[in-house]
Amino acid sequence: MTVPHAAAAQGVTRERALGLLREMLRIRRFEEKAAELYSLGHIRGFLHLYIGEEAVAVGAMQALGEQDRIVATYRDHGHALARGLPPGELMAEMFGKATGCSRGRGGSMHFFDVSRRFYGGYAIVGGGLPIAVGLALADALEKRPVVTACFFGDGAVVEGEFHESMNLAALWRLPVLFLYENNLYAMGTAIERSQAQLDMELRARGYGVPAEVVDGMDVLAVAAATRRGVDAVRQGGGPHLIEFKTYRFRAHSMADPDLYRTKDEVEQWRERDPIDLFVRAQGIDEASLAAVEEAVADELEQAVAFAEAGDWEPVGDLEQDVYTTGPAP
Amino acid sequence: MTTYREAVRQGMREALEGDPRVFLMGEDVGRYGGAFAVSMGLLDEFGPERIRDTPLSESAFVGAGIGAAIAGLRPIVEVMTINFSMLALDQVVNNAAALRYMSGGQLSVPLVVRMATGGGRQLAAQHAHSLEVWYAHVPGIKAVAPATVADARSMVLAALAEPDPVFVFEHATLYPIEGELEDGDLPLGRAAVRRAGTAVTLVTYGGSLWKTLAAAEELAGDGVDAEVVDLRSLRPLDMETVLESVAKTHRVVIVDEGWCTGSLAAEIGMQVSEEGFDLLDWPPQRVCSVEVPMPYAKHLEDAALPSAERIVATVREMAA
Repeated sequence: MTVPHAAAAQGVTRERALGLLREMLRIRRFEEKAAELYSLGHIRGFLHLYIGEEAVAVGAMQALGEQDRIVATYRDHGHALARGLPPGELMAEMFGKATGCSRGRGGSMHFFDVSRRFYGGYAIVGGGLPIAVGLALADALEKRPVVTACFFGDGAVVEGEFHESMNLAALWRLPVLFLYENNLYAMGTAIERSQAQLDMELRARGYGVPAEVVDGMDVLAVAAATRRGVDAVRQGGGPHLIEFKTYRFRAHSMADPDLYRTKDEVEQWRERDPIDLFVRAQGIDEASLAAVEEAVADELEQAVAFAEAGDWEPVGDLEQDVYTTGPAP
Repeated sequence: MTTYREAVRQGMREALEGDPRVFLMGEDVGRYGGAFAVSMGLLDEFGPERIRDTPLSESAFVGAGIGAAIAGLRPIVEVMTINFSMLALDQVVNNAAALRYMSGGQLSVPLVVRMATGGGRQLAAQHAHSLEVWYAHVPGIKAVAPATVADARSMVLAALAEPDPVFVFEHATLYPIEGELEDGDLPLGRAAVRRAGTAVTLVTYGGSLWKTLAAAEELAGDGVDAEVVDLRSLRPLDMETVLESVAKTHRVVIVDEGWCTGSLAAEIGMQVSEEGFDLLDWPPQRVCSVEVPMPYAKHLEDAALPSAERIVATVREMAA
């Protein structure tokens, strides 16, 4: 049964709507499975879930091309999946397998796939920002029309590296797109308790960087804003910043008892679940949703099977790749 | 004759001429000509794109060097002094050193970071320490300390040929010394015997080399023929050369401007004990900086730093 839906009114084809839905659901279901596998002990270390923020990664990636570069944070599952990293390799990475995207050396926080220009998840808050500036510096010096998109959270905004990087990128007019995922909490510290200035447009203006604030629960708004940002940066306008107002529905990590915010607050945000909002706004019918869910479940099942089947890196290779053998790539 | 500072500049000039991917960035490297005048004139020769003044943002510009290296360029980053480099240590340890490993071998970081180190110029406790061991501690990076004019040039070129991050420590008292340049490639990671001898091995690096050679000359007057090993590379350590020397002399003194506790001298002494215990006729000895933040007053700073006198006294205390 084909049901007319609101997408057409917004200029979104049904195909694109279902594609965006699928991308968000891939992240949601992948992470739910990861949490389950964590509880079973198949995944260890830290596991930071992106659930609730899917519209940001999915929307933003729509506007970035193959040649563009991505720098992510330790909450990187959504970015990696939306960028097209194979979910099996991501799951295998969290299992610690040699078949993982970082050969089991990185884990959940450090997904890398240079072939897809995914330059990693950075777990020192703010630590990826100078790397993004450097990637963009190389492109500027080589006169390549490439944009480096750098995700960071509200915790990073109060790190010195954020300010140094904004200043340097603006000073040298580098092609960096700063993507601010404001989920309102740096671990358990609310932004009101850590940021003296909550207005990011004002902060950015202080560096001469154009900024806009977007509803991070609206995947189409995210995609449209990112498109504007990418276009501005690619045209040589220097860096650009977009703030996405979003929320993580789960705790900071699997170790977090989530005592610092009220259930009411979480419930209120859950009413703005980016997937539910999108399904409603697009008028996606149950049968279509079920079909997408099924495809997502199939892919996830294969990803887990891939992770389970993977080999462990031999302990004899423990010291491999501390240094490069042969010339630099 | 060429000065050490000119030699570093010459190395960078050759690299800039020979490889369009090479560029220099750091605080005051351009218009000012470098805090130690190392890059004087390079701005005119190579222009502001490749001789790039940075704001005082150590973490951002060292991190930007890492990013540019990942993206295929060959940056030389100058940090004004080793004490200032602490502001970028996050980028060094958590990114430069770790990215190759953490990415499962997907990335290399062919970055060169140069900085002035060491005391002796009455600059007190925030400009004059010798913290090289903090870098030498970290797997994933390499650390070198050119002590001669020839090495000052060739180590820049050798560092740029490496596919991994190399930190070059230039002792600030060495910039005006004069010597001869040498052609040819220098393999990184090899120590050099600067004075052959048979009675005792004096192991040192960087600015302490010249004090150690002076001590060796004085000891020669006593009939004690010291061998002086210049480490050149602080990571990796060329223990083969050190142990070959100790096999000859059976005594070793390590001269290291770092503080004694947890020093490179401690590491070398331990490795000599582990690998060459049977070679030793005397416990390994150390001449390091006294464990105080560097004082300003000259007589106090002189007393805090290793000196030829302290090296000579240490050797004389070792049984003949």
